[in-house]
Amino acid sequence: MIEIDQISKVYDGKAAVDAVSMTVETGTITVIVGTSGSGKTTLLRMINRLEEPTSGEVRINGVVTTSMPGHILRRRIGYAIQGHGLFPHHTVGRNIGAVPQLLGWSKEKTRARVDELLDLFSMDPAQFRDRYPAELSGGQQQRVGVARALASRPDLLLMDEPFGALDPIIRARAQTDLRRIQRTLGSTIMLVTHDMEEAIHLGDRVAVMDGGQLVQHGTPAEIIQNPATAFVADMVGGVDRPLRLLSLIAVADIVEDGPATGTPIAAEASLRDALSACLWSGRDALPVTRGDAIIGRVTLPAIRAQAQATA
Amino acid sequence: MLSAPGLLFFILGCAALTAPYMTLAANRIVAGDGFRAWQLAAPGPSVLALGVLAAGLAMGVLGAWPTLRVIGAALGLGALIWLLTLGSTTLLDGAGEYARVSPAAGFWCLVVVLALLLADGLTNLSPGPWARLGILGVILGLLAALLTSGLLSQLSIMQEFSSRKPAFFDALSRHLWLSLGSLLLAAIIGLPLGIACYRKPRLQDTLLPALSFLQTIPSLAMFGIMIPLLGWVGDTIPGAQAIGIAGIGFAPAFIALVLYSLLPVVANTAAGLGSTPPAAQEAARGMGMTFIQRLAKVELPLGLPIILAGLRIVLVQNIGLAVIAGLIGGGGFGAFVFQGLNQTAIDLILLGALPTVALALVAGVLMDILVALTQPHTRHVSESAP
Ligand SMILES: Nc1ncnc2c1ncn2[C@@H]1O[C@H](COP(=O)(O)OP(=O)(O)OP(=O)(O)O)[C@@H](O)[C@H]1O
Ligand SMILES: [Mg+2]
Repeated sequence: MIEIDQISKVYDGKAAVDAVSMTVETGTITVIVGTSGSGKTTLLRMINRLEEPTSGEVRINGVVTTSMPGHILRRRIGYAIQGHGLFPHHTVGRNIGAVPQLLGWSKEKTRARVDELLDLFSMDPAQFRDRYPAELSGGQQQRVGVARALASRPDLLLMDEPFGALDPIIRARAQTDLRRIQRTLGSTIMLVTHDMEEAIHLGDRVAVMDGGQLVQHGTPAEIIQNPATAFVADMVGGVDRPLRLLSLIAVADIVEDGPATGTPIAAEASLRDALSACLWSGRDALPVTRGDAIIGRVTLPAIRAQAQATA
Repeated sequence: MLSAPGLLFFILGCAALTAPYMTLAANRIVAGDGFRAWQLAAPGPSVLALGVLAAGLAMGVLGAWPTLRVIGAALGLGALIWLLTLGSTTLLDGAGEYARVSPAAGFWCLVVVLALLLADGLTNLSPGPWARLGILGVILGLLAALLTSGLLSQLSIMQEFSSRKPAFFDALSRHLWLSLGSLLLAAIIGLPLGIACYRKPRLQDTLLPALSFLQTIPSLAMFGIMIPLLGWVGDTIPGAQAIGIAGIGFAPAFIALVLYSLLPVVANTAAGLGSTPPAAQEAARGMGMTFIQRLAKVELPLGLPIILAGLRIVLVQNIGLAVIAGLIGGGGFGAFVFQGLNQTAIDLILLGALPTVALALVAGVLMDILVALTQPHTRHVSESAP
């Protein structure tokens, strides 16, 4: 558990981060979202003490972060910086193995870990291990940057706009990958973005920042349904709100018995996908499958009811 | 396709042929009479040698074939040497016991033109660092073979050399000690200072202007200042004289060279370390590296080419400046140059100047190779779908 307690950073008399408090549960993803200059990076850098807070403190599992030297603290916390920050003179393998090396892992253990991570990010180790960062595409560089942050299996992972340079398709895949990796490893992640779509898609919790202050902290559904301020409402986007909400609910949640024809939809898909499929194919109901078996149907009126009931 | 520099070299080369190629003097001191290239030997060999020379220069014009241009330059240089050997035999024949032959303006101009052609052709071939090292080795090997073969032993500069062999090698080692030793000491002092400047920009703001000021002191004045200063140190501090500190000699020259070297070393070290991509520095800090670890793993390796470029400036500069050390008894090739100036003996001046130029050229090429070898991987592949 990470407790951020009344933390502030003042630059030249102006607060970049203003008395922010929040608690992050172990094993969850918290996405910090806000416009440019709202203090997201500064907040993140105060957690691993790349920036010393002007006031306030951070506790990780009850231990105050200032109780140990900064570089020791940082070795335990994964950090993927804004822009990949890979070492241009080291191969992909050495880049990913940088923290394990600092921690004194054996060569074999580090090497195995590097290959494991490359596999995890769908990059063939044999092909990419010995390349230099300049020999990768922008998206590959960013994935290596994230892999490097994960290398020592840190309990806490800080990520600053890790998917900034990716095109929408790769970006969606990288987000899904990150979710899967986080679920399997059970790590705690704090991720910064200025993209509300990404925040809703990835976050167990979303923290919205505006002008250095934390204006709302809650589940994606809470943020969409009850925006605390006009700014949050603006970020969530007025007309898109029902659609965003539907994207959070799985088809499985409202599946019902009854007949339906045509191409089926998977139970794990979101209601937003189901709505889209209904509109596109002109049907009022879709068969729902789990694995290969049809388990029922989802209907347009039921989807509409969800959007109305909650919005 | 014609090579524009090649064409220029051809025209300059032909023009240089109209200047005297060699001179014949009655003795070591008096000025000699000039002889043109075609006056040096019987018509047969003359025409052949000049033909080879012209063919070499003409091959340099072929812009599309850099290899042929290099071969042309080599042929031309060979022809120059051959003309020199032909000329020295012919001219010395019956000219008296003290007569001396030397290469003259025409020869030197042609050497420069052909060397430029050679360099231009090699640059077009763009050899890698190891290939460059190999080429340098071959050229130095050929030069050494030529000088020890006795082919040129009748030339006055070679006679000057053979009558001063021990002094020459003494000067060579002195010169190397002065320039390499001062480089080493400057690096030992300058690298930590550069690192400190990188860490504390405020220190950099005061230190660099001070070192720049040192750099602006003219070399003669600097050596002049050293004489009373070190003379005083030698006289007053016990034991100083015993380790060779005195107003004149090796110590003042060495110290002056070190002082001149500090600015390039310190400035380039600070600049090299600062040239690391900020994102890489931030990542290094973010993963928990200490200042020393960041220095060793990230900033020094990435800044090395710029730091070495600073050392290259220092080495080449010091090889040249060390000549002035001859003036205050520091030894080195400068001793020959100043003796030669006193006696108006051109050959003696050249005996000091030519090896200095050669040393500086070789040092420059070697350091360039080192810089190229330490260049980090910056090849960028265009953005493609991962
Ligand atoms: N070292 C610094 N000195 C002075 N001001 C700073 C410093 N670092 C950040 N700031 C200021 O603090 C504010 C917050 O910056 P921060 O980098 O945290 O924003 P951000 O939310 O991460 O923005 P972006 O989305 O553009 O990355 C900005 O107004 C910035 O100018
Ligand atoms: Mg930022």
